[in-house]
Amino acid sequence: MENKKIIIIGGGPAGLAAAIEANNAGIAPDDILILERDRELGGILNQCIHAGFGLHMFGEELTGPEYAGRFIDIVKERSIGYLCDAMVLSVTADREVTFVSPTEGFCRVKAGAIVLAMGCRERTRGALNIAGTRPAGIYSAGTAQRYVNIDGYLPGKRVVILGSGDIGLIMARRMTLEGAKVLRVCELMPYSGGLPRNIAQCLDDFDIPLYLSHTVTGIHGKERLEGVTVAKVGDDRRPIPGTEADIECDTLLLSVGLLPENELSREAGIVLDSITGGAQVDETMQTSIPGIFACGNVLHVHDLVDFVTKEAYRAGASAAAYVTGDAAPVGDVLTTEGKNGVRYVMPQKLNAQGNLTTETTLFFRVDNIYRDRAVVLSVDGREIFRRKKRFLEPGQMESFALTEDAIAAIRGGKTVTVALD
Amino acid sequence: MNYDVCIIGAGITGAMTARKLAAYDVSVAVLEAAGDVAMGATKANSAIVHAGFDAEEGTLKARLNVAGCAMMPTECAELDVPYDNCGSLVCAYSEEEIRHLEKLLARGIANGVPELRIVGGEELRRMEPKISPDAVAALWAPTAGIVCPYELCIAACEHAAINGAQFYLNFPVVSIVKEDGLFVVSDGKQVVRARYLVNACGVHSAEMAQLAGEENFPIRIIPRRGEYMLLDRAEGDTAEHVLFSCPSANGKGILVSPTVDGNLILGPTAAAIDDPDDTATTEAGLSLVQTGARHLVPGVNTRAVITQFSGVRPTPVGADGDITKSDFYIHVSEQIPGLLHLAGIESPGLASSPAVGEYAVELLSGMGLKLDKKENYMTGRPEKIRFRELTDEERSAVIAKNPLYGKIICRCETVTEGEIVDAIHRPIGARDLDMVKRRTRAGMGRCGSGFCSPRTVEILARELGVPMDEITKCGGGSVILNGGKK
Repeated sequence: MENKKIIIIGGGPAGLAAAIEANNAGIAPDDILILERDRELGGILNQCIHAGFGLHMFGEELTGPEYAGRFIDIVKERSIGYLCDAMVLSVTADREVTFVSPTEGFCRVKAGAIVLAMGCRERTRGALNIAGTRPAGIYSAGTAQRYVNIDGYLPGKRVVILGSGDIGLIMARRMTLEGAKVLRVCELMPYSGGLPRNIAQCLDDFDIPLYLSHTVTGIHGKERLEGVTVAKVGDDRRPIPGTEADIECDTLLLSVGLLPENELSREAGIVLDSITGGAQVDETMQTSIPGIFACGNVLHVHDLVDFVTKEAYRAGASAAAYVTGDAAPVGDVLTTEGKNGVRYVMPQKLNAQGNLTTETTLFFRVDNIYRDRAVVLSVDGREIFRRKKRFLEPGQMESFALTEDAIAAIRGGKTVTVALD
Repeated sequence: MNYDVCIIGAGITGAMTARKLAAYDVSVAVLEAAGDVAMGATKANSAIVHAGFDAEEGTLKARLNVAGCAMMPTECAELDVPYDNCGSLVCAYSEEEIRHLEKLLARGIANGVPELRIVGGEELRRMEPKISPDAVAALWAPTAGIVCPYELCIAACEHAAINGAQFYLNFPVVSIVKEDGLFVVSDGKQVVRARYLVNACGVHSAEMAQLAGEENFPIRIIPRRGEYMLLDRAEGDTAEHVLFSCPSANGKGILVSPTVDGNLILGPTAAAIDDPDDTATTEAGLSLVQTGARHLVPGVNTRAVITQFSGVRPTPVGADGDITKSDFYIHVSEQIPGLLHLAGIESPGLASSPAVGEYAVELLSGMGLKLDKKENYMTGRPEKIRFRELTDEERSAVIAKNPLYGKIICRCETVTEGEIVDAIHRPIGARDLDMVKRRTRAGMGRCGSGFCSPRTVEILARELGVPMDEITKCGGGSVILNGGKK
């Protein structure tokens, strides 16, 4: 296979949008190659058959496959290059990609620029170190979703869900609609990690109880799951002795967090952010390695696909600019940081000589539930602006665009801080 | 069916016995209660080929361990099983423990362990930079190594199978009678007849002896459970050698060791339990594992755990009740002619296994089994492609031959559809998710099989010609899709 101007790793919402925007920026369709490991484009959206996607992008409520379909249609109409069943095995700092596919065999291709859009994976039972037996019947929520929505099989009938992440909440409703009994959702934290609308529409509407500050401490059953032990946890998030209860169930779904899949990035030597688990990028979505960009859930876990798309547009445009030599020269680099309740800020770097505009957006997440606080942006300790916030929660990504004042301050600064006050 | 030899139990001991018999013109049946081979203590242990300094001089354990360890590199090469002769270090933290090392050194020398020596703190830290600063010396055993125990067992069984051994899986023996000089072994549904019977039943070997009519079996088997944690491959370089603490009455203590597949293994605990098949993990056990591992390597990143499991080892106890002096119980039955016991084989059973297999053949010969060399004997086992270990050129070549090798199913461990299909159609082929996992590593990685398990279920269903909701995780009632088709 010949070399490509832009290789995009991952054909989910991030990869699709990056490809389209690179094409919009003038890169020819056959100079772009999307490598997708699954058998079709669309990524995880293909199994998200519920509605609620696209409110920001399109002003309408689409299902996952419909949302993905809009981008897949454009990719196909324009004959932008893509290859399914193609697994990338390695990426190097000088932008060489190796991959395998049943049709192309083993390939080594050089790219002018690379966009990383591999998405994320779910945390597992193993990572939680829950003691007990190892029977069938324990699934991550996303795996269960695939069985139900793609394969057409119901994984089980009596279900306990650990973790109130969005996929877990969606699956509580989905399993109920398919005839399973969802007994309860346990959440380790005193608040849910999912979107409020999902709590209302997926749990409350179906009378599924949510047990905050609860966890699963034991797993029972030799062949198929027969039950779990749940317990209340204290402020230290450790189970409180005496609060254990055994619940009979044949299925345990885990929705306990998403982890950006950065094995390829790590091996390429890209600097990762220990909090987001994704690459450190600048405002163009460029990683620590020039010409390699990242966007979507491989960069940081999003709540809404609409934001993934916007981020991927930026990455696609930046990759195109890199290839055509139109990218802004790298000048003084500022570091962003989160403080006083702000867990992380993305992008982690800002190019003082870059194309910073009032559309340049900083994204961040808080580490707890906060009410009636102000979000303060300062540069080198000098406050530039503040925004009042009635309510902040970890499950909801926050963002704001830079102001002219902020851009001016950044041009001469070193550190940009986002903090709660 | 009539056989010359019937081996009950397809753990590493039974498997190696079948493998060693494969060279001879002898018909062999292997009966296994579980749905796969390697399902007892063989499946879940420390995966260490011990050098042989632990067992008391003069014991069977000492002799077979040292011999087995010496045989292991050749055995693994012949069977195409990865083996890493990384060596082991028993670490001492005090003067008293150094004296213990000296005792182990003397014992090792007496047992015939080559190249053993004690290294000081400085040398230890050069060899193992992340070791605890409190460790002051270590016993260095360069002949020790690591191997994947279930892979070795599966490979030995595949080798025996291509040489004619018949494997009966899901064959829980319920009765053994003797008719016309033949053992008639039954699971209540079918029978297998054989002139010689080998008891290789691990934690169930005393029960099996009783079933065969043996009264006053001289040992008791205490099931002792060991819990483990397996860490992500990103942590595989935490230790370069097998790291032990000084042993105690509870065994060799918690170890930290790399695995041949690049992970890091921590464990085991040692707790006597009632039910020999209870392989649950416990919060207390996992907590002990972490404490023990930190004792050796304070910086061990236990947050990178990808799974935890436990195995039950068959600890033999003699008449005096002292488990520290217990030896393997490898004896020709005095009471039941034709019956051979390979019992009480706990650690270092894996390291000893090739020597145990050879010794078993020798004993069977002494019992009257005629051993003529097989004419069309095949060494090794059918070719096995490990895609992740191939060079780029080799990858191109295998995909050109079979495009299924170009389709990655398990992204964490880079396992292709070609390898999964092969695992299903090999001798003793995979029938469930865990069998695929043990044969290919699909599902062994950090995503906990979240991504590949639906695909593997689909491939199993297609290749076996059954609906997806009949596919199980590990046989029996462990169906994956309990709610059925929608």
